[in-house]
Amino acid sequence: MNSKVLVAPSPHVHGGDSIQKNMYGVVFAMLPALVFSFVYFGMGAIIVTLTAVASCYLFEFLISKYLLKKVPTLNDGSALITGILLAFNVPANLPIWIILIGALVAIGIGKMTFGGLGNNVFNPALVGRVFLLISFPVQMTSWPKPLGFNTAYLDAETGATPLAIIKEGLKKGEPLSQLMHDIPSNMDLFMGNMGGSMGEIAGVALLLGLLYMLFKKIISWHIPLTILGTVAIFSGILHMANPEAYAGPLFHILTGGLLLGAIFMATDYVTSPMSHKGMIIYGIGIGLLTVIIRVFGAYPEGVSFAILIMNAFVPLINVYVKPKRFGEKRK
Amino acid sequence: MLKTFSLGGIHPAGNKLSASSAIQVLPIPEIVSIPISQHIGAPATPVVKKNDEVKVGQLIAKSSGFVSANIHSSVSGTVFKVDDIMDSSGFRRTAIIIKVDGDEWLETIDRSETLVTEISASKEEIIAKIAEAGIVGLGGATFPAHVKLSVPPGKTAEVLIINAVECEPYLTSDHRVMLEKGDEVLVGTQILMKALGVNKAIIGIENNKPDAIAHLTKLAVNYQGIEICPLKTQYPQGGEKQLISATIKREIPSGALPIEVGAVVQNVGSAFAVYEAVQKNKPLFERIATITGKSLKNPSNWRFRIGTPVKDLIDAAGGLPEDTGKIIGGGPMMGKALTTVEVPLTKGSSGLLLLPREEALRKESKPCIRCGKCVSACPMGLEPFLLMVLADKKEYERLENNAVMDCMECGSCSFTCPANRPLLDYIRMGKGKVGQIMRSRK
Amino acid sequence: MSIIVITILALCAIGVTAAIILYFVAQKFKVYEDPRIDEVEEVLPAANCGGCGYPGCRGFAEALVKADDISKMNCPVGGATVMSQVASILGHEISAAEPTVAVVRCNGTCENRPKTNQYDGAASCTIAATLYSGETGCQYGCLGLGECVEACNFDAMYMDKETGLPVIIEDKCVSCGACVKACPNNIIELRNKGPKSRRIFVSCVNKDKGAVAKKACDVACIGCGKCVKECPFGAITLENNLAYIDYTKCKLCRKCVVVCPTHAIHELNFPPRKEKPADKPSAEAKAEEAPKAKPTANDETTENK
Ligand code: SF4
Ligand code: SF4
Repeated sequence: MNSKVLVAPSPHVHGGDSIQKNMYGVVFAMLPALVFSFVYFGMGAIIVTLTAVASCYLFEFLISKYLLKKVPTLNDGSALITGILLAFNVPANLPIWIILIGALVAIGIGKMTFGGLGNNVFNPALVGRVFLLISFPVQMTSWPKPLGFNTAYLDAETGATPLAIIKEGLKKGEPLSQLMHDIPSNMDLFMGNMGGSMGEIAGVALLLGLLYMLFKKIISWHIPLTILGTVAIFSGILHMANPEAYAGPLFHILTGGLLLGAIFMATDYVTSPMSHKGMIIYGIGIGLLTVIIRVFGAYPEGVSFAILIMNAFVPLINVYVKPKRFGEKRK
Repeated sequence: MLKTFSLGGIHPAGNKLSASSAIQVLPIPEIVSIPISQHIGAPATPVVKKNDEVKVGQLIAKSSGFVSANIHSSVSGTVFKVDDIMDSSGFRRTAIIIKVDGDEWLETIDRSETLVTEISASKEEIIAKIAEAGIVGLGGATFPAHVKLSVPPGKTAEVLIINAVECEPYLTSDHRVMLEKGDEVLVGTQILMKALGVNKAIIGIENNKPDAIAHLTKLAVNYQGIEICPLKTQYPQGGEKQLISATIKREIPSGALPIEVGAVVQNVGSAFAVYEAVQKNKPLFERIATITGKSLKNPSNWRFRIGTPVKDLIDAAGGLPEDTGKIIGGGPMMGKALTTVEVPLTKGSSGLLLLPREEALRKESKPCIRCGKCVSACPMGLEPFLLMVLADKKEYERLENNAVMDCMECGSCSFTCPANRPLLDYIRMGKGKVGQIMRSRK
Repeated sequence: MSIIVITILALCAIGVTAAIILYFVAQKFKVYEDPRIDEVEEVLPAANCGGCGYPGCRGFAEALVKADDISKMNCPVGGATVMSQVASILGHEISAAEPTVAVVRCNGTCENRPKTNQYDGAASCTIAATLYSGETGCQYGCLGLGECVEACNFDAMYMDKETGLPVIIEDKCVSCGACVKACPNNIIELRNKGPKSRRIFVSCVNKDKGAVAKKACDVACIGCGKCVKECPFGAITLENNLAYIDYTKCKLCRKCVVVCPTHAIHELNFPPRKEKPADKPSAEAKAEEAPKAKPTANDETTENK
C-alpha cells in the first residue's frame, strides 16, 4: 500500500448506477420502436433519425462550448435521447432543414437556456416538436403512408392519422361507427400499420421498451400506467355516454403519440416529479389533458401539449406534493 | 411474501465473505489501549491510575451518569498510563493503556462453557447487572443497554425485538454468534424479556442467513415466547424503525423512540453479552467482529479483547492487502473510515472492512438529473436531493421543515444516486446544524 | 370598428376596477415602517454580506433603528465612517472602532505538515471537520477545502495551490467576518490592522502538547512559553499549549518573533531587519533566523492573485 488511505463519510460503497447507464438504457428501450419505424418508413426514417441525432449532438456541443463556455458533456447520452425522441415525433418525410431547426430549438431553447441537463423545465424534444408543429403545420402533418422499406423519402404518398380521420369526420357530422371503417383494425394499430409520426405508430414496440425500462428499474411504473389508465377511464366514460361521438379507450390508447408520450416523454427524469405521489398526479393530469385536447380541442392530437402543460406544473408539484414520510405526524 | 419494512430501501450486494468461517480467538496483545468513551453519552471516569495492577474484568472506568457505561479491563497487567491517544477519527481522546502480564481473571467470573438456562436474578437485579457490566448496543450504535431497558414511567413495553438482521453488507459476526451461540442468545433474550416484563420476543433475521434461521427456529421451541421472524433481505432493515415496521408493522412517529409503540430493540450480540453478564458474571470486555474485504487473504470472525490494536486483527487475517484504499470500522454503508491501523478496537467494533482503492474512491459527482431515485430509496420518505441543496445553501429553517432530523444516515440515497452526488455528506452537515439550532431554541 | 371600441372600453373598465381594489387592499394591509429604516439603509454599503450578523443590509438597518444602544453593532464593510453616519441619523453617539482585517492562523503547508491520509468526501470543510481530524496529524489546523474562500463576498481570498492554505488579499478584505464564521476550525481571526498594516500574530491554533504538535507540523506552536517571557508588554498568553498575542497590547517590537523555536509567530509588512554587527553572535543567530520566520502563505502583500 503505497498511497495514503482514503477517508470519507459513509456510505463507502455505491450501487454503480450512473447517468450514462440510465440514459443508454432508455436508448436501448427505444430500439424496438426505431426498428419498427425503419421497417414501415424505410430510408426516410433512417435519414430523419440520423439527422436529428447528429444535429442534437452538434448543437449541444456548440452551445456548451461557445455560448456557455463549459466543457461539453456529450457522453451522458441525453443528447442522443433528445435526438431520437425528436425523430420519433416527426413524420418520416420531414425535410432535413426543418429537422435542423427542430434540433436547434430542442437543444438550444428546450435544454441549454435552462442550464443544461438537470435544469430544464420542459422536455427538450417536445419543445422542438411543438415548435415545428406550430411553425410548419403542413410539413408536420403530412404523414407518409407506412409502405415498408421502399417508402420514398421526400415525396412519399401521404395519408392522415387515425385521430385526424376521426376528428375531421366528426366535424363533418358523420357518426363514429361509420368512420371506424376508415380506420385500420386494432391489431393493425397495435402493430403500427397506420399513418403517423415515426416513433409513435408501433404500440407493441413501445410496450416492449416500457417492459425493459421497468425491468431495469430505469423508471417506475407510476407515470406511464397512470397516464394510460386515466386516458382509458376518461375516454371510456365518454364513450359510454355517447358511443357515436366519442371513440373507445382502446382506440385512444393505440393511436397518436399516447404510448410514445406516456412511456418515453412523460417519464423524462428531469421534467417529471420526484415523488411517487407527485408522479401519479402528473400522470393523471397528462391523461385528462390529452383526452380533453383530443376530443374537445382544435388539434386532433394532444399528448405533446398535455405533457408540456404538466411539465410546467412539475416544480409546483415537487414543492407541494411530498412523499409519504415514515412516521409522519398527521395534523 | 416475506416481511420487510414499508418505505424505500436498497439491495446492496451482500458480500458475506466470512459467513462460513467459525469464530476464532485473537491472541491477547502486549499492550491494550482502552478508550474511556466507547459509547454514546458521557465518557466514563477512570478509577485506576498509573502503575495500578488490574485483572481481567476489573472495573477501570466508572459510568459517569445515567447515559454512560462502565468500562472494564480486558487484560491483566499494570496500568502504563492514562493519556490521550488518537481515536479512529484522528482526534485525541483519553484512554487507559495497560501493559499485559499473563491472563488472570477476576474470580467472580464463571469461565466454564456450561449453559445456564435458569434465570435466578430478579428484574431489577438484571438491569443492575447489565449496567454494571457496561453493555452497550453491539450493533454499532453503542447506546448503553440499561438505558433502553429502563422503560420510562407512563410507557409500557409489549414486545422485545432482537435485531439479528445484520443488513450491512460484508459483516457476519452476528450470523456466527447465532450459529455458534444459539442457546446463549436465546437465554439472553429471555433475560431481556424478564428485565422488560414482556412475554413476547421476536428475533428478526434476514433470509440471506437461512442456516441461522433454521438453527434458531429449531432451538426456540425450548424457549417460551420467542418467535423467529425471517425477513426479506433489504437494507437498512437493521434500523430500529425499519425493524419494528418489518416485524410488528408499527410505525414509530417522527422524533419518538421505539417504546412509543411498545417495542424495545436489542442487538443479538448484546443478547449474548447479556447472557454472559447475568449468568456468568462476565462484564463486556471482549466481543466478536468480522474482518473482511475482497482482497484480504482470510476473511474471518474473531473474538477479541477490547483495546487490541486494529493492526493485530488485520495481521491475524493475513495482513493488509496491497491494494487497500480504505479501512472501514463497521460495514460499508454506515461504518467509519479509519485514518490509521494503530487505533484500538472498541465495544462498537462490529467489523473491519478493507476496501480496494478503486472500489473505495468516489466517482466524480455530477449535477442532479432529478431522477427521483434517492426519494424512492429513502426509508424515511425524505427528499435527499432537496435536503442536500438546502444544506449547501444553509437554509436551515427549510431543512427542518423538510424533516431533515428524521434522516437516519443510512446512506441509501448516496448509494443509489446515478449522478454520484454526496447526498448524505451534506444532509449530515445540515442535520448537525439544525440540531444545534433546535437545541439552542429550548 | 365597434369591436375595437368595446375592447378598449372593457379593458379600461377592468383596469380601473383593479386599481380601486388594489388601492383598498394596500390601505388595509399597510404596515407602518419607521422612515429612518430607509434612511439608514441608504448609507449602508448594500453589500448584503451578513458580516453584521443580520440578514442583509435592510435587516441590519431595521435592527439599528430598533436598538437602544448601537455601540456594539458594527458594519464591518463600511467601518467607522458608515457607523458614524448611521449614528447621526439615529441620534446616537459612537466611538470609532479600529479597522480590522482577517488573518489566517495556520501555516500548515504541504511541506510543513505532511499528509497522513487522503480525504475523499464532499469538498466542504464543515463536512470534513465533523467527520474527522483532517488529512494531517493536526486536528486543529486548516482543512484546505476552501469554505472560507467560498464564503467571501468580496473576492478577497483565494486558495494557494502550492501551500493548500487560504490567502487573504489585504486590500480587498473588508473584515466582514464571513470567513471567520465559515471556518469550522476557527482558524481565521479578525485582527487589528495595525499601523502601516504591520501585525504580529501566532500562526497556529494547535492545542496539542508540544511533542505531538511538533510531530504533526514543523511550524506548530509547541507552547514552550519563550515568547511569553520575552514580551515586555505582557501581550502574550499561553493557554492549552498555545500562545496567543493580544493585539490591543502588542507594541510590535518583534522580540517574540525571533525567540519562537518553530517560527510559529509571523510578522507582516515589516521592513527587513538590519544586519547586526558581527560582535554579537547571539543576535546574529537571531537575525539569521528571522528571514526564515518570514511566512509565505500569509504574507498578503507579497502575494497577489
Ligand atoms: S441517509 Fe437519510 S436521506 Fe438518505 S436515504 Fe437514508 S434516511 Fe433517507
Ligand atoms: S438520485 Fe441523485 S440524480 Fe437522482 S434525484 Fe436524487 S440526487 Fe438527483
